[in-house]
Amino acid sequence: MLAYIVRRLLYAIPILIGVNVITFALFFVVNSPDDMARMQLGVKRVMPEAVEKWKAERGYDQPLFWNGAAAGLDKATETIFFKKSVRMFVFDFGRADDGRDISREISTRMGPSLAVAVPVFILGLFVTISFALLLVYFRASYLDTAGVVLCVGLMSISALFYIIGGQWLVSKVWHLVPISGYGEGLTVAKFLVLPVAVGVIGGIGAGTRWYRTIFLEEIGKDYVRTARAKGLSERLLLFRHVLRNALIPILTGVVVVIPALFTGNLLIESFFGIPGLGSYTIEAINAQDFAIVRSMVFIGSVLYIIGLLLTDISYALVDPRIRFQ
Amino acid sequence: MKPVLLWSDALFFLLIALALGSVWWGRRQEHLRAAWAAVWAKRRARIAAAALAGFFAISFIDSLHYRAELPREADKPVAYSVEVLSALDALLMPLKLNTEKTYSAPLADESFAKEILADGSSGFPPLKHAGAHLFGTDKVGQDVLYLTLKSIRTGLLIGTLTTLIMLPAAILLGIIAGYVGGWVDDAIQYLYTTLNSIPGVLLIAASVLMMQVVIDTHPDWFATAAERADARLLALCAILGVTSWTGLCRLLRGETLKLREMEYVQAAQAFGVAPLAIMLRHILPNVMHIVLIALVMDFSGLVLAEAVLSYIGVGVDPNTISFGTMINAARLELAREPVVWWSLAAAFTFMFIMVLAANLLADAVRDAFDPRAAK
Repeated sequence: MLAYIVRRLLYAIPILIGVNVITFALFFVVNSPDDMARMQLGVKRVMPEAVEKWKAERGYDQPLFWNGAAAGLDKATETIFFKKSVRMFVFDFGRADDGRDISREISTRMGPSLAVAVPVFILGLFVTISFALLLVYFRASYLDTAGVVLCVGLMSISALFYIIGGQWLVSKVWHLVPISGYGEGLTVAKFLVLPVAVGVIGGIGAGTRWYRTIFLEEIGKDYVRTARAKGLSERLLLFRHVLRNALIPILTGVVVVIPALFTGNLLIESFFGIPGLGSYTIEAINAQDFAIVRSMVFIGSVLYIIGLLLTDISYALVDPRIRFQ
Repeated sequence: MKPVLLWSDALFFLLIALALGSVWWGRRQEHLRAAWAAVWAKRRARIAAAALAGFFAISFIDSLHYRAELPREADKPVAYSVEVLSALDALLMPLKLNTEKTYSAPLADESFAKEILADGSSGFPPLKHAGAHLFGTDKVGQDVLYLTLKSIRTGLLIGTLTTLIMLPAAILLGIIAGYVGGWVDDAIQYLYTTLNSIPGVLLIAASVLMMQVVIDTHPDWFATAAERADARLLALCAILGVTSWTGLCRLLRGETLKLREMEYVQAAQAFGVAPLAIMLRHILPNVMHIVLIALVMDFSGLVLAEAVLSYIGVGVDPNTISFGTMINAARLELAREPVVWWSLAAAFTFMFIMVLAANLLADAVRDAFDPRAAK
């Protein structure tokens, strides 16, 4: 088992390096730092001195890969590639273009992000799996057909409309909770109810359909027919055998997104004014703060790779055949 | 009048030509006819296809661009307006020109905002075009029906061109990885795993921001604002394509791995057919159903993605009329009293119909073409 985990960990390293090279190419090779400086300074005719000053303040005034002017080892380290990209591997993100420390921002904003993302994830999983089981229990009936049609309908609504509609109905018409904002301690609950509800409802359509397909595939297998032939009740069959065996395919889809919960939900956080990483990212995009966007790309990839790793490990845990390969 | 062929128009016409070509070719293939008959047997699929055909027709008319001739002055060469119009604009000219000062409710005959009238009292002044706006007007007085109809082309292009752009890469790499194997397979797998591990929205945001810098630093590349907006639309399609080809590539690789072991492929190998010919003649036709399913399944997701990306600020050019820019402009208006709901309602309805039709058709196509789908 340990050897398996180590092998998987080693496999993640080249992927992380690849991600790093792609982001570096995207941010520094497609456009030179001079272009970015001119864009940030925002005027048509910028003085070359202003460009140089902007670059120097943010550490973009070094060569990209090779600093011939420096001595010894500094030839390779006093470069943009080393300072901005390689340093990310030790989670040193440096400063944002507005001068604030990115690592600090990220650690304070992770809490609010999790406060929304974790309840959405757990409640959403519970609700969609319950609905899917209900549809499968009544499969090939009118309820099933109506449920599937409803799911397709729900899937066809943009996430924006769930949020806008929810805010309008619950906050503006019914005056139940504040439209947006975030608080300290227990007062935070009233700010979280609506975003969490919107997040869960928005995921019902796609989720229910996905789990229904998994359950239907499982229910067509031979062991289910055998169990039924032996006289097991449909309810027992569904909950004891089908649900348990369907957990393996469910695991793939679920475990991989758990680490990604840390980065939060872009849309929900920005609409509801939750000071998490999602709204941080959106603000950075709007302010064209490339340092933050670059850091978020890297963190997002790291979390995704951790998710893949966790998936592999959980597979090995539930299915011994993989462990002894 | 001077016809203008934007890049997206050209690609859209190419797409339609390809679609018509494959219909013409597919009509003579027995097994394809049977599968399509299974699709059309469902009433749901027929209605969905009819709705989508309507959207395609509107987009087609909206893709015939031209620049109008300016009033000619004596002994001067003919000059053309810098504004690029489409045949749809020409058809909807009354709607396009009937603008009001600001918001007005659907079919209203007086303005939404109170003003000081000519006699000094305050009240709602009559509209210039009373009762002419089926869906009302937006903040700057543009007709919402006109905006909605213009949005259709943007959504449809993003839904179709993205797949068209990414198809060659996905098919080529997927089949090669599956058939050739070895280090080539490893390299291609590494490539798509790496791209896949960057969160989609962030990769798109980063790429669009970078593309914006390129466009902003080279204003001389584009003759008109329409060309610039069009370049941005195509770039967005390409970026969406880069983030979405990985899924299809992986599916095709898996299917090719299976097909490689089939008897007919082994027979071809035994006869000494070249690998390239095997991939083209024996593998490619047998994975096309996966390509077709991916094409229709991705469409709805891409239309929805456009709205979200435009909201975040990394979607189409802010001057391009699209569902995303419409929603973005209207989303704060629900907080007004009385509520300005018509812009959102119109965008919601048309987008919902488009995505729902695509989803329904995609389901029918998948059921008919996927041998593994539950019958």
